[in-house]
Amino acid sequence: MSRLRKALGVETLPLLAMLVLVVVVFALATPRFLTAANLGSMAVQLPVLGLLTLAMLVPILSGGLNLAIIYQANLSGLTLAWVLLSFGGPEAGFGAFALGTVAAIAVGALSGLVMGLVVAYIGAHPILVSLAMMIFLRGLGEFMTRGGDISGFPDIMRVIGHGDVLGIPVPLLIFLAAALIWHIMLRRTRHGFSVYMVGSNIDAAEYSGLHTKRTLTLIYTISGMICAIAGILMAARFNSVRVGHGEALLLVTVLACFLGGIDPFGGFGRVLPVVLALMILQALSSGLNLLGANQHLSTAVWGLFLIGVMALRWAVGQWTSRRRRET
Amino acid sequence: MTDTSEQTGDALRLRGICKTFGGVRALDDVSFDVARGEVHCLAGENGCGKSTLIKIVTGVYTPEAGAEMTYFGERLDGITPNVARARGIAVIWQDLALFPHMTVAENIAFDEMVGPLPRLTRPGQSRGRAGEVLRRLGVTLDLDAPLNSLPIAQRQIVAIARALMGDARLIFMDEPTASLTQSETDGLLEIVRGLSADGVAVVFVSHRLAEVLEIASRVTVLRDGKLVGVYPTEGMTQARLGHLMTGTELEQAVTARDRSAAPPVLEVQGLSRAGEFHDVSLTIREGEVLGLTGLIGAGRTELAHALIGMRRPESGRVLLNGREIRPRSIRDAIREGIAYVSEDRLSLGLIQPQSISDNTSISVLDRLLNGMGLISSGQKTDLVQHWIEELAVKIGTPDDAVSTLSGGNQQRVVLAKWLATEPRLLILDSPTVGVDVGARAGIFRIVRQLADQGLAILLISDEVTEVLHNADRVLHMRDGRLRAEHDPRATSVDMLEAEIYA
Repeated sequence: MSRLRKALGVETLPLLAMLVLVVVVFALATPRFLTAANLGSMAVQLPVLGLLTLAMLVPILSGGLNLAIIYQANLSGLTLAWVLLSFGGPEAGFGAFALGTVAAIAVGALSGLVMGLVVAYIGAHPILVSLAMMIFLRGLGEFMTRGGDISGFPDIMRVIGHGDVLGIPVPLLIFLAAALIWHIMLRRTRHGFSVYMVGSNIDAAEYSGLHTKRTLTLIYTISGMICAIAGILMAARFNSVRVGHGEALLLVTVLACFLGGIDPFGGFGRVLPVVLALMILQALSSGLNLLGANQHLSTAVWGLFLIGVMALRWAVGQWTSRRRRET
Repeated sequence: MTDTSEQTGDALRLRGICKTFGGVRALDDVSFDVARGEVHCLAGENGCGKSTLIKIVTGVYTPEAGAEMTYFGERLDGITPNVARARGIAVIWQDLALFPHMTVAENIAFDEMVGPLPRLTRPGQSRGRAGEVLRRLGVTLDLDAPLNSLPIAQRQIVAIARALMGDARLIFMDEPTASLTQSETDGLLEIVRGLSADGVAVVFVSHRLAEVLEIASRVTVLRDGKLVGVYPTEGMTQARLGHLMTGTELEQAVTARDRSAAPPVLEVQGLSRAGEFHDVSLTIREGEVLGLTGLIGAGRTELAHALIGMRRPESGRVLLNGREIRPRSIRDAIREGIAYVSEDRLSLGLIQPQSISDNTSISVLDRLLNGMGLISSGQKTDLVQHWIEELAVKIGTPDDAVSTLSGGNQQRVVLAKWLATEPRLLILDSPTVGVDVGARAGIFRIVRQLADQGLAILLISDEVTEVLHNADRVLHMRDGRLRAEHDPRATSVDMLEAEIYA
C-alpha cells in the first residue's frame, strides 16, 4: 500500500475515490449519466481543457504561471486556418494540414520562447510577462481577424475533432498521449527534474549546477507548443477559429492544477492527479447538465468543490500530524 | 551548584522540569537557574532539549506535573506566551521574527501597535520610544530605514530593542551570532554585557564555544534531555565544554602536515577584480587543505566565486592541474572538477523542501541516464545509497525532505552532492555554520579523509580555531589581498586572532 502510494503520489488515491464518488452519485441520480452518448461527449469535451491544463501545469510547478495559454492556442489555430485556407479551404490536402500544423506549433513555441527568454534572462515575473503576452496576442489576433470567425476546413479536421480509433475519440487519444509524455518528462527527464528544483529554489538550483535559465526558457516554449495542439483541436471541434474561443477555460486550468495537488508555490505536484482532477470537473459539469442544471451553476459547483478539497486536505494534514506525534 | 545567597537573587528558578513528546523524553528532571543580571549560557547539541526548555519558560509548552518554576520569587504556573511577554520574558529566535518591509522604528515598537482591540497608533510617540531604546543600547540606527535594508547584525539589534521595548527582564537569545562576523559578534557581546549591567538577565544559546566562554558567567549543559551540570566559565576550556556537551572526547589538535612535495592542483596567479580581490596568488597541492581566513568582507567568498565562474576575474590566471581554466558558469567549474560548498546552506547549498535523494543526485544527473536518455531510478537509488553510507548521513528515508535533517547531516548531504561529481578541488565556504560541536568534528574527519585520498581542499572560515586545527597551511586575507601565510604548527589561535583583528 505504501509502495503504491509512493509510486502514484499521495494525491492520487483520494482523487480517484472522489471521482468514483462523483460518478456513483450521478449514476444513481440519472440513468443517462452512464450511457455511451454521455461518456462519449465527456471524452470529446475533456481534451481541450486537458491540453490547456498541461500547458498551465509546468509553469506553475516552476513557481510561475502562464496567463497567455488561451490566446497562444487561438493564434496557433488561426495559423493553421490560414494555411488551410490558402491551400483551398475545404479542398486543402493532407500536405497543407501537415504544413499548417507545423506552422501552428511553431507559432505556439515562438510565443512561449519569447516569454521564457524574458522570464529567464530579464528576471521579470511570469505573471507580468504572460499577462503582457496574453494582451499582445489577443490584440494581434483581433486585429488580423477583425473579431470574426474563420471557417471552411477540409475533412481531415473532422477526423481530428470528431473521429475515433477503436471507439476511442481522437481528441481523447491526443490528450492521453500528451499526458503520458508530460508524466515521463516530469518524472524521468533532466528537464523535468530541473522544473521541480527551479520551482523550489532557483538560486540553490543554479548553485547546484542546473542550467536554470535554459530550464525556464524551455518550460514556456513547451507550454506554448502544447497550447498550439489545443488550438488545433479547438479549431477541429468547432470547425472554426475565433480569437477569444475558450477564454473561460483560463482559470479553470489553474483550478484543475490546484485540485490535482500542484503546489501553488511550485516545486511539488504530478500529472496523474491533475488528470483525475480534470475528470472530476468534467463529470461534475456533465452530470449537472444532465440533471437540467444551468451551465453557470456547474461553474459555481467547481469553485465550491475546490474549497471543499482544500478544507479536506487541511483536515487530513491535521489528522496525520497528530497521529505522527502520538506514535 | 548554586548557594542560598544566590538563590534569593534568582531571576528564574526551575526544578523538576519534564516533557515527553510522543514517547521521546525531551526533558528529564531538568533544573535551571538564572541569576538577576547574569549572562548564562545554555549549551548542548541539537536535540538536547534547549529549545524545549525555552519554550516551557515562555509558555509555548506546559511542563509535566511536578515542575516548579519561579520567576523573581513568584510562581510561574500555567503561563501562556502572552503572559510571559507581559511579565518581561522575551525570546529572540534565530530567525528573529521581524517584519522585513517595516521600518526599524515600527519593528521595535511593534508590540505597542498591536493589541486585542483595534485602536489608533501614535507613530510619532512609538518612534520616539524606539529611539530611546536604541540609545540605551548605545547604537545608532536609522529609525526610518526598512528592516530589509539592514545587515543581519543590525537586525539582531532591532530584535533586542524590540524585547527591551516590552521591558524585558529575562531575554533568551537563540544562536544570535550564527550568521554574524567576528567583529559584529564582538559588538553584540558588548550589548549583552550592557544589558547584564542594567540588571537584565540574558540566556545565551550558541554553538560557538569560544564566545560562550567569553560572555557567560555560568553555563548549563544539557545532553539528551538530561542536565549534565552547571559550571562556572572561569577556568573552563572549549575542549572540556565540548566533551561535556557531546559525551565524547573531541579532537582539538592541529592536524597540519607538510604537503609541499605534492604536485599542485590549483594555481591562482595574480587574480584581481576591482573592489573585491587584488593580485591574489596561491597554490593548493594534491591532498592539501589550505585554510583561508579573515574578516567577512575581506573578499574570501568573492575569490571563491571567481574560481567557480560566478564572477569573472578582470586579470590574472587560474590553472587547474597545470591547465588554464576560465569557467563562465558553475557548470563549467563542475566539468573542470571544482566543487563549491556554499556558506549559505539554507538558501543556496540545498533545496530544502526537496528530498535527500534529489538533493544528492542533482549535480550528477547526466551520469544517471539510461539508453533512452531518461533518468534511471535504479542508478539514482544506488548513487544516493552509496553516498549516504559513505558519509554516514543519518536519515529516515531518502525521500524525506532535506529540511528534516539536522545541520550536521544536511552538510553531509551537501558534501555528498559535490563528492559525487568526483572533484579535484573542493571549496568549503564556512562549512560549519549552524552545525553543532559534535557534528563539526565529524565533518572535519571527512574533510581530512578526503585530503588523504588526494583531494585538494580550500577551507574558508572566519573561525580561526577551525582553520588552524584543520588546515595544512593558513592564509590571511584582508581588504581583498592576501596578507600572510602561516603554518598552524608554528602559530597559535591567539597570535592569528591578534593579527586578524588588529
